[in-house]
Amino acid sequence: MSKNNFFAGIDSPSRQGTVSLLDRLKVLDRKTYESIVEKVLFLCAFSSVLAVFIITFFVFYSGLPLIFRIGLGDFIFNSQWAPLQGVFGILSMIAGSLLVTLGALVIAVPLGLGGAIFLAEFAPKFVTRILRPAIQLLAGIPSVVYGFWGLIILVPLLRNYFGGSGFSALAGSIILAIMILPTIVNISEDSILSIPRVYKEGSLALGATRWQTVKHVLLPCARPGVITGIVLGMGRAIGETMAVIMVTGNVASMPQSILDPVRTLTGNVVIEIGYAHGEHQEALFATGAVLFIFIMVLNLLVNLRIVKKEGDA
Amino acid sequence: MSPKLEEKICKVFLWITASLTVFILAAIIGNVLSHGLRLLSLDFLLESPRNMGREGGVFSSLIATFYLIALSLIITTPVGIGSAIFLTEYKKKGKFLKLIRFTTESLAGIPSIIFGIFGFAFFVIFLGMGWSILSGGLTLALMILPTMVRTAEESISSVPDSFREGSLALGATRWQTIVGVVVPSALPGIITGVILSIGRAVGESAAVILTAGSSLGVPKSLLDPGRSMSVHLYILAAEGISMENAYATGTVLIIAIVMINFAANYLTHHQRTKIS
Repeated sequence: MSKNNFFAGIDSPSRQGTVSLLDRLKVLDRKTYESIVEKVLFLCAFSSVLAVFIITFFVFYSGLPLIFRIGLGDFIFNSQWAPLQGVFGILSMIAGSLLVTLGALVIAVPLGLGGAIFLAEFAPKFVTRILRPAIQLLAGIPSVVYGFWGLIILVPLLRNYFGGSGFSALAGSIILAIMILPTIVNISEDSILSIPRVYKEGSLALGATRWQTVKHVLLPCARPGVITGIVLGMGRAIGETMAVIMVTGNVASMPQSILDPVRTLTGNVVIEIGYAHGEHQEALFATGAVLFIFIMVLNLLVNLRIVKKEGDA
Repeated sequence: MSPKLEEKICKVFLWITASLTVFILAAIIGNVLSHGLRLLSLDFLLESPRNMGREGGVFSSLIATFYLIALSLIITTPVGIGSAIFLTEYKKKGKFLKLIRFTTESLAGIPSIIFGIFGFAFFVIFLGMGWSILSGGLTLALMILPTMVRTAEESISSVPDSFREGSLALGATRWQTIVGVVVPSALPGIITGVILSIGRAVGESAAVILTAGSSLGVPKSLLDPGRSMSVHLYILAAEGISMENAYATGTVLIIAIVMINFAANYLTHHQRTKIS
């Protein structure tokens, strides 16, 4: 932190006593130049504030009118979606999004947490050297590629195994679980590694096995970080679009089981926005606004947590 | 259960989770590459798609992707670096700084579909730019901003203070020090940020399909629509147009991402060894 104030005081040259007028002008010039530069840099930094503000504003500006007109309750607690008849209820899509996301968490949390513990505590070096880049690559693969693989491999597999069309909430959950795995592994591993070594050494010195140390010392200490990872993964899952559209079947009706096809909030927007007009288009914007509220709540949870952690340190 | 037995069981479980992760990655990449590599050729990259993409190559998508990335980088690189410099070299502690941190984090947490909806409502409709490279590029520029700011910031703040002290002691001003010493030393990290941003832009599809459209022609101006590689793969696969071309397009995307990861890792490693 100290280096941030490093430049304090250097703005005022201390040799002003003997300088000529010309020199003084130069110093002044330099100073105005420096202050202009600083203002430009400030504007750059401010751009992210502006971006968030304008995005939030426009998503709600285009989404809220319809919600106010038909009522929030009728919009989110109605499972009928018939845009051509002017009936807009997104309950089935909210259910679809939540079902797919929860399914993804059920698969990805144990897998991701296991991966993080393994990397932080148990993995031999040569395994780490394979596993880390693998997880990094997993995070970088475009979502359409996941969706494509799901369409070609996973959906037929589910069709053969469980019957039905294969396009299902389960397929979406599996693809999403793979996609959020890197988030959960990385953040959990970071928080396990950031625990002071003495905790671990103390536990081992008392005769605990390594697993006992993990279970009773490391995991409880790393819990805030692990939860942050899970919440971030959840945000990623609920906002994911293309991969999900390609494998879930996109039927806008209430799912009865995890093997039913579902449509998510994100899918609803992308599938219909190409040809929607008027009120239908507004309804899609409104779908986006509801999704945005979900995301904001998750983001706030994470950010408040981060603020708290900094305060503790 | 004895602690030793428990330890053994858990170790087995952990090995399984780790191998499963690698296995999944290998299954996905292996499947796409094993079908796609033999379909890939220079002709595929340089031929225009015919018959909705059923035949021919991906030339127009390659060009559209290139334009989208170029436009977003031209906007975001200077803004992102400027922002990082302000946060590391000029920042005064306080509420404003916290606000910027908070918004950068929030921007990184916003899913691409929301960027897409925003871009569609704002650039495409409100500003009347239509489905175009311009709308798509501007939307992507916002999306990659947090990546750029974070990597540049990390890299600039890892430049040792002695570098700054030396420059200032020689009589350089703050800005001269930044331009002449700090930024050049942080360059590998900044380039890493650019590369990672390219990675994000290449893979992006939801935001692009809503803002740049999906028409197959080669965009001739900023106001023409275009179909990026990712969107092309989506349409080929989801509409069942051609699985062969979808495999080949997926292969191009995977190769691009692998190269991007490799380059970013190399540069990060390079900077670490150079400074320490």
